[in-house]
Amino acid sequence: MTTAIYSRVQKLRKQYPEPTSAVLPALRLAQEEHGGWLPPEALREVADALDVTPAFCLSIASFYDQLRLEPVGRHLVEVCTNVSCALAGAQQVVEAFERGLGISAGTTSADGGFTLGTVECLGGCGWATVVAIDNRHRLRVQAEDVAGIIEELHAREA
Amino acid sequence: MPARPEVVFAGTNGGALDRVEDYEAAGGFRALAKARAMAPDDVIAELEVSGLRGRGGAFFPTGRKWAFVPKPEQLAKPHYLVVNADESEPGTFKDREIILRVPFRFLEGCLIAAYAIQSQHVFVYIRGEYEREFEVLRDALEAMRKRDLLGEITVVLHRGAGAYICGEETALLESLEGRRGQPRTKPPFPAIAGLYAAPTAVNNVESITTVTSVLELGAAEYATLGVENSTGTRVFSLSGDVVTPGNYELPHGITLRELIYDVGGGVPGGRDLKAIIPGGSSTAILTASEIDTPLDFDSLVKAGSSIGSAGVVVIDDRCCMVQLGIRVSQFYEHESCGKCTPCRVGTRWLTQILQKIEDGRSSQADLDLLLSVCDRILGKCLCPLGDSDAIAVASYVDRFRDEFQAHIETGRCPLGGDSSLEGILAPSAQHERHLHEVVHA
Repeated sequence: MTTAIYSRVQKLRKQYPEPTSAVLPALRLAQEEHGGWLPPEALREVADALDVTPAFCLSIASFYDQLRLEPVGRHLVEVCTNVSCALAGAQQVVEAFERGLGISAGTTSADGGFTLGTVECLGGCGWATVVAIDNRHRLRVQAEDVAGIIEELHAREA
Repeated sequence: MPARPEVVFAGTNGGALDRVEDYEAAGGFRALAKARAMAPDDVIAELEVSGLRGRGGAFFPTGRKWAFVPKPEQLAKPHYLVVNADESEPGTFKDREIILRVPFRFLEGCLIAAYAIQSQHVFVYIRGEYEREFEVLRDALEAMRKRDLLGEITVVLHRGAGAYICGEETALLESLEGRRGQPRTKPPFPAIAGLYAAPTAVNNVESITTVTSVLELGAAEYATLGVENSTGTRVFSLSGDVVTPGNYELPHGITLRELIYDVGGGVPGGRDLKAIIPGGSSTAILTASEIDTPLDFDSLVKAGSSIGSAGVVVIDDRCCMVQLGIRVSQFYEHESCGKCTPCRVGTRWLTQILQKIEDGRSSQADLDLLLSVCDRILGKCLCPLGDSDAIAVASYVDRFRDEFQAHIETGRCPLGGDSSLEGILAPSAQHERHLHEVVHA
């Protein structure tokens, strides 16, 4: 049986002299197709498309922070708490999100709407605090901006 | 205000040269034409004359690196150019701005470099978190393809997926080959056996972008900028407790004082400067009294630190140095790939001992143990990740020993809960907190 991503992974394979090189882009693609994480069937689909085993795909997926092996909320909120963001008040931003979303960092809301987490340096130290909302970076976020961001995300849900 | 010659960002007037017509009108792609009219070895020689050294952190001479790549007639395998756009050193955010503001100058540099090492395959390994930067490069590449600028050369944009270690060149190559990003034993070096065990040059984004400028200006002219052993300009990433953080292109050799006060507006709120991380979080810290240190390779080595990736983090007097050590160590612990034991275990030990000191549960022996663990990491691993943690932490003790001593002797943090890093939640601590909750549920 040919899965939805099979033909797209074949195209990715062709970019590389060795097909295994396509495993990261293929896992990224599978994750997008499976609602932001990699359930076992996603690993099987990638394995089939690349002639590797699901266990190999799992060994890769478990290494990289952006590849997820647990379900995530429809919106992903990630606050950088590395040094430069921390000096700019990242912890206050984290706590404002915890209050506003009613969940603690590292968890997903019961309705599956939001996953909140802290992350390592996002490469925006001069524009601290950096918050990745669904992988898009918001710059210079302060605790007082958080309510507006949450409102905006709720509006997108509606 | 120090002079601000622009090389990397030339012609941008503070904005972006991200449309192919605008870049061409500003003289774009002339350097490529110039290079292609030269013999590949002459392009390499030109880079040697320029004195350009790698901007990713290791400061290795770019021309020499290319000269190490065997000629196709010496080694009949495909040759590869791999560009390291996996910028993730805390304090560093220059490569993404280069990609956003001068994407064509960067891609032109890729083509010049590929020509010089006689490669037809370019891979740009871009960090997975850089969404917009990826899109800008993808579109820029398409515009160049339409103008037939690529010729026989294929350029593949390969996206990472969140792993600091992939900024280490051999881990990057492993990752690009479809494996976990774990460093390789060197030698062989990538120039001989790199991607798919073939000759490979691995260069940083800023280095490659500067290549275009070197060809355009001429090597001798470029070398007049900066200082001896550190020619040219550098895109300094300025962040932390400073009035106007951001990326600033300045000649090597300007002082920390000029960067932080004249360019960056100084420390906000009239607070006192306490410490400066000069080259990304893996470099040894400097104290406020070292503010007149010039920002170039030799001067920073003399000061006991390193220019690293030129990510300058300014720290004011509210910051507890033990907490800084914890946060930096948590990062390296989180990012350790686990291949070498001294790094995998040592980074964790450093975090835990520092936490004990911060919590006031430590004795003098813990400080000795901390430094002993640093020694047991240094130089004992395949890559410098563990070293980075050890160098940083040991430097905090070395420069701020009184503060560590005060924690031990009084059994509390001298900043008494008012440190600017108080309570900061690292991703690794967040995971542990939840594990804890599960266990006790």
